[in-house]
Amino acid sequence: MAEQLIALLESWGVSKAASQVEYLLDFPELLDQIWQTIYAPAAATLLAYVIGLPLGIVLVIGEKGGVRPMPGPLMRVLNWAVNLLRSVPFLILMALVMPLSTLIIGTSVGTTATIVPLTLAAAPYVSRIVEISLREMDRGVIEAAQAMGCSPWQIVTKVMLPECRPSLINGATNASITILGYGAMSGAIGGGGLGAVALMRGYGRHWLVVMWAAVILLVLLVQIIQSIGTALSVKSDRRINHSESKRRKRK
Amino acid sequence: MGEPIIQLRHLTKRFGSGDGQVRALEDISIDIRAGEIFGVIGLSGAGKSTLVRCINLLERPTSGEVVVDGRDMLRLSSKELREARKSIGMIFQGFNLLMQRTALDNVCFPLELAGTPRREAAGRARELLELVDLAGRADAYPAQLSGGQKQRVAIARTLAASPRVLLCDEATSALDPKTTRDILRLIQDINRRMGITVVVITHEMKVIEEICSRVAILDRGRLAETGAVEEVFASPKSEAGRRLVYPDGVPAEVLSTAADQARVVRVAFNGGTSYQPLIASLAIDCGVKANILGADTRNIDGRAFGTMLLGLPEDGAEKALAYIRSQKDITVEEAADCHG
Repeated sequence: MAEQLIALLESWGVSKAASQVEYLLDFPELLDQIWQTIYAPAAATLLAYVIGLPLGIVLVIGEKGGVRPMPGPLMRVLNWAVNLLRSVPFLILMALVMPLSTLIIGTSVGTTATIVPLTLAAAPYVSRIVEISLREMDRGVIEAAQAMGCSPWQIVTKVMLPECRPSLINGATNASITILGYGAMSGAIGGGGLGAVALMRGYGRHWLVVMWAAVILLVLLVQIIQSIGTALSVKSDRRINHSESKRRKRK
Repeated sequence: MGEPIIQLRHLTKRFGSGDGQVRALEDISIDIRAGEIFGVIGLSGAGKSTLVRCINLLERPTSGEVVVDGRDMLRLSSKELREARKSIGMIFQGFNLLMQRTALDNVCFPLELAGTPRREAAGRARELLELVDLAGRADAYPAQLSGGQKQRVAIARTLAASPRVLLCDEATSALDPKTTRDILRLIQDINRRMGITVVVITHEMKVIEEICSRVAILDRGRLAETGAVEEVFASPKSEAGRRLVYPDGVPAEVLSTAADQARVVRVAFNGGTSYQPLIASLAIDCGVKANILGADTRNIDGRAFGTMLLGLPEDGAEKALAYIRSQKDITVEEAADCHG
């Protein structure tokens, strides 16, 4: 089969077909690359939410007229920090934080090391995404909660987060896809995964077939994440009338 | 009915500062008695929503005093204020339900805040949903309910905290006339059965007529007049009051065609009498031919109230006025403006 494939590609005028096919048919290697593509961004997304979710909440409730107004200077510093981190291009940020990666992970090379710059780049992005979701919140509902004697903490945990759940899930989908993209980019300076395969082997060695294969796999990954995210968001949204029809059927 | 439960003293609210400052409320003093249904009416922008939001301090007044159930609201710490708010229920024009919770869980919400165990809360919530006639829709989400049903859920939710006072901020303004009546009945029922004091904010006279015992009329942030609903409706004393009671006024052309009618007077029937005998007896007893320029009846608290705009000829006007004044249950006044 491999020979036929090589022959076919060569008949199309593809150079270095033999080594490319050999590389692509090495399934353990390919699976490992896919795993590396997923795990670093996944870990970074998780960590980014640990930082970005509270930060996003603070950006909304802490502003003037918010649920729990905070000192103006503090809010300005937070906004400024978020904007600053977001304005540094990811590759440059990655190079800049290499010492930090060495400090935390012990190395600045390899997929695991990219978790540090990925988290650092993703956290401010996540905070803005969370902020956007929470700003969709109906002011009237928050007011009703205040009129019922809710504390700011209760408004966040019992009103804002549950009410914005569908939008937050959409945001998380969006964030993980963006971070997956950053992760692929990190292949340029030491990260692993499909991005590195496409860049180093595909572009670097001019293995066009490998490049396209890696890109197609990345596209598939994004599609899968997006589909799961959208489905979760729609399923969790009680403003959409599907839940009752289902319950009726059960009865 | 008796002791004031809500006391507003010299309430003033200004938004912004400097030249752009908006005076939303100017020196408002109102006493609302325990157990009554008190209406606040005014045109849009009159400040009525701001007024009601000053009662539970969703809006902090610029100056003045707010006493609810003996508590000086402006002196409370934020924790004390949250406690005080639990005994002040509020419903809104936009219902403001939690869209991601079922009707039952919406009603459970205040109980959850109070730390009521889940089972007990659910039981109480079911009782309340029954009270508002929604027992069968406990598991429905707000998106699956009609406007009237949503407002019923909101009412059940606010009752869950066992409030002493219920504030209704344009609670029926988004509803059709039939649903409005049903919701008003429900509010009245709650007022009578549970003794909850109700403050109703509205721009519709019908709402006030339907359920309120006393009313305050707000006009551009000022208290134009206040009193028993039937008094205010029978003879509004303020310009704003007249505009609300006779919203269409009398068209200018009607008044001008009545130019030969030297005097235009407004006659109010305070229940009990009917129109015909007065007009007829004016003609027979005084020989005065009165011209009916306009008439309107309102049903307040089960009694019929009517107003009529009469054009009287110059000769005999005084005689006619004296005659009308001598009648029982009828008041008369000179109609100086075009609002009837």
